[in-house]
Amino acid sequence: MAVLTINGKKYDAAVDPETPLLWVLRDALGLTGTKYGCGIAQCGACTVHIDGVPTRSCAVPLEAVGDGKITTIEGLAANGMLHKVQKAWLDNDVPQCGYCQSGMIMAAAALLAEKPNPTDDDIDAAMTNICRCGTYQQVRAAIHAAARA
Amino acid sequence: MTAIASMDRRSFLVSAAAGGLSLGFGIPAGTAQVAGAVREINAWVVVHPDDRVVIRIARSEMGQGTLTGLAQLVAEELECDWSKVSTEFPTPGQNVARNRVWRNFSTGGSRGIRESHEYVRQGGAAARTMLVAAAAKRWNVPAGECTAANSVIRHAPSGRTLAYGAVAAEAAQLEAPAAVVLKDIKDWKIAGKGVKRLDTAEKLNGSLVYGLDLRLPNMLTATIRQCPVAGGKLKSFAGAKVAGMPGVRKVVAVDGNAVAVVADSYWQAHKAIEALPVDWDLGPGAKTSSATIDAMLKEGLTAENAFVGTRIGDAKTALAGAAKTVEAVYSYPYQNHAPMEPMNATALYTADRCEVWAPTQNGESALAAAAEAAELPVAKCDVHKMMLGGGFGRRGRSDYVRQAVLIAKQVPGVPVKLVWSREEDMMHCAFHPVTQCKLTGGFDAAGNLTGLHMRISGQSILASLAPQNMQNGMDPVVFQGLNAGGTEGQFGYDIPNLLVDHAMRNPHVLAGFWRGVNLNHNAIYVECFMDELARAAGIDPLEFRRRYLKPKHRAVLEAAAAGAGYGKAAPGVHHGLAQIMGFGSYVAACAEVSVTGGKLKIHRIVAATDPGVVVNPAQVERQVSGSFVYGLSAALHGECTVKDGVIEQTNFDTYPVLRMDEMPKVETILVPSGGFWGGVGEPTIGVAAPAVLNAIFAATGKRIRSLPVSKHDLRTV
Ligand code: FES
Ligand code: FES
Repeated sequence: MAVLTINGKKYDAAVDPETPLLWVLRDALGLTGTKYGCGIAQCGACTVHIDGVPTRSCAVPLEAVGDGKITTIEGLAANGMLHKVQKAWLDNDVPQCGYCQSGMIMAAAALLAEKPNPTDDDIDAAMTNICRCGTYQQVRAAIHAAARA
Repeated sequence: MTAIASMDRRSFLVSAAAGGLSLGFGIPAGTAQVAGAVREINAWVVVHPDDRVVIRIARSEMGQGTLTGLAQLVAEELECDWSKVSTEFPTPGQNVARNRVWRNFSTGGSRGIRESHEYVRQGGAAARTMLVAAAAKRWNVPAGECTAANSVIRHAPSGRTLAYGAVAAEAAQLEAPAAVVLKDIKDWKIAGKGVKRLDTAEKLNGSLVYGLDLRLPNMLTATIRQCPVAGGKLKSFAGAKVAGMPGVRKVVAVDGNAVAVVADSYWQAHKAIEALPVDWDLGPGAKTSSATIDAMLKEGLTAENAFVGTRIGDAKTALAGAAKTVEAVYSYPYQNHAPMEPMNATALYTADRCEVWAPTQNGESALAAAAEAAELPVAKCDVHKMMLGGGFGRRGRSDYVRQAVLIAKQVPGVPVKLVWSREEDMMHCAFHPVTQCKLTGGFDAAGNLTGLHMRISGQSILASLAPQNMQNGMDPVVFQGLNAGGTEGQFGYDIPNLLVDHAMRNPHVLAGFWRGVNLNHNAIYVECFMDELARAAGIDPLEFRRRYLKPKHRAVLEAAAAGAGYGKAAPGVHHGLAQIMGFGSYVAACAEVSVTGGKLKIHRIVAATDPGVVVNPAQVERQVSGSFVYGLSAALHGECTVKDGVIEQTNFDTYPVLRMDEMPKVETILVPSGGFWGGVGEPTIGVAAPAVLNAIFAATGKRIRSLPVSKHDLRTV
């Protein structure tokens, strides 16, 4: 049985070690904030942080996680305070259907951790998540707003 | 946002987690709560003692913001405190039980607000009237001496006030007023304003439960494989080969054309269905390829027989006598909706009841589909509408709901969540139809455009999905944006002789309503060809269009052109224009592009919209910029091709869509002219492609007449 550290808590996952982390989170552990969009690392809906690195969890088998510390969208807010990316998303009314937004927010949080003042080109390079509703313009504005916050 | 269903479900899940409840009907999402709600003033409005207001929303929310817009309209007439408003979805079963008090649940065609604004406002106004009457009764004063604002009723002569919550119970006992007078739009305080959406907070922390996220006690998960060729059948499958795989509970046939694995978890079901040997009878569709479809449509361009959609004057005679004619053939490929949340539905079936949880654009047809599949009366079924991870027309169909029920029937008493893989989703959509169009325009000796013939050849959506709505074999929806008049989508140009006809050619691939529908290709055909005609006449495309455009069409085009500084583009940057009317609104765009060394960059798009009345400008702006993402995804990259009857694109690697790095800056100009209510979720998609294609022509002199752009030696990244 694998023991995972997710959002600072330990979880036991009694599943086939080849199961993608995405499905371990969603089905075995009930953390459904991380979304399934494509299953082939194309869309970014399943983005989580492993040791701070934005990672497409559909392409990471459970056995490859090791003792990496996982953060999911459920654990981004700390001590009841929204992360500055979530706050900027709220202020800029970013989501439409919202389905891609867990992944967008996780990718944006990782970008800002690495580059506190990203340029538009930095945003283009880091934010490769797909949004079919087309929130890109609001996502960009919110990342800049979060950088200023 | 709190869906009635999800509210109940959540408290259920909490208690289930705490105490291991046994599963029974009525527990997961009891259906009677709305009907019996204590503080219900009327079907639309619930007021709690602490002044919280719950507004009922019949239409589905899939990101388009209708939920917030409809709530604004009700709240405006209710004169309530907007900060105290939340919303809930009644179920389709409740609607049936209450004689369709919430009317139409169907959410498509950009109709959510434009079709229901009047009766939802009347619902808000009636509730306000009852709250005021209850206060007046308590004070024993004439209701006419009382006013309401911000959830407080005031009796000016005595200075007394009462909050809505204090009189809600009494108001609920009163008769509904026979008639109400709606506010003048110029007096709006909540509607018409760019207030924030009501459903954002839960989308930021992963707590919103989409259909795919639903978890019920003892739930199993199924995944499906459908015959790869539309119209084909399931011959046989070797279920025993995968029955022993981890977590697999059952392998079942579905509807004679699909097979499903039911397992403890999605990944187990997925692994088993991948390993499952299946034999298909592919049917006649297997002989079809993109090339045969192309040939079939080409034949239609010059076929003798065609349905006439629009006829003004005599275009054929005018063209025969024209001093100069221009001709071009355009085409538009299949597109996939590809909402981010793949198709899914959860069903719980027993011999005398069937409950479904589904992200659906049409709760009532989902209920009908569930009842039919369950072979139970509608009264013994219900559908709990989940928030949609995108819809775009795909979730107006109930194929996945039917399948979920058919699977659940084979494991009675256990809830089963059917999850389509992205690959199934990509291969089994009802696709944006394929069409081609031959356009012929004629000028007289003085250079006036005197005749235009548009021959559309290709697929009919109604023939695929709703043949009962066809008119003597004709599909009137084909002529979206090309109608001779009317309030839905009239042809924008006054040309003395106009003929638009349709040679219907239906390949075996299912066609469906794809956000923007037939307006998407019709706008390309008209607006790119207008550009061609302008060039042929040696006149600037804006000036040429202005000569023929009807006033409201011209106004939006001029607004977009002025906003973009049309005609004053910086060196190396080029402008392209387009306008169209669809879904009751007038829209136009001016695209600004550059092409250097085979690389296309779309810098900026200025879009103008006249939807008559604007309910929430901030959300309209988001629909407009999102429409360019959807429309340009298709124009730049999107194409579903057919080989041996099978759709070849199976995921986002082969069906690429627009991402952040290709997103142009979109500036939205709203020019509501009043007096009508148009839709905003779809019309703008129509102008996205032609504005860009015309700008590419301005930049390169190269006329692109088939999509996607990526086929034409132009890179975008
Ligand atoms: S689901 Fe993982 S990238 Fe799409
Ligand atoms: S908000 Fe709907 S897919 Fe991004």
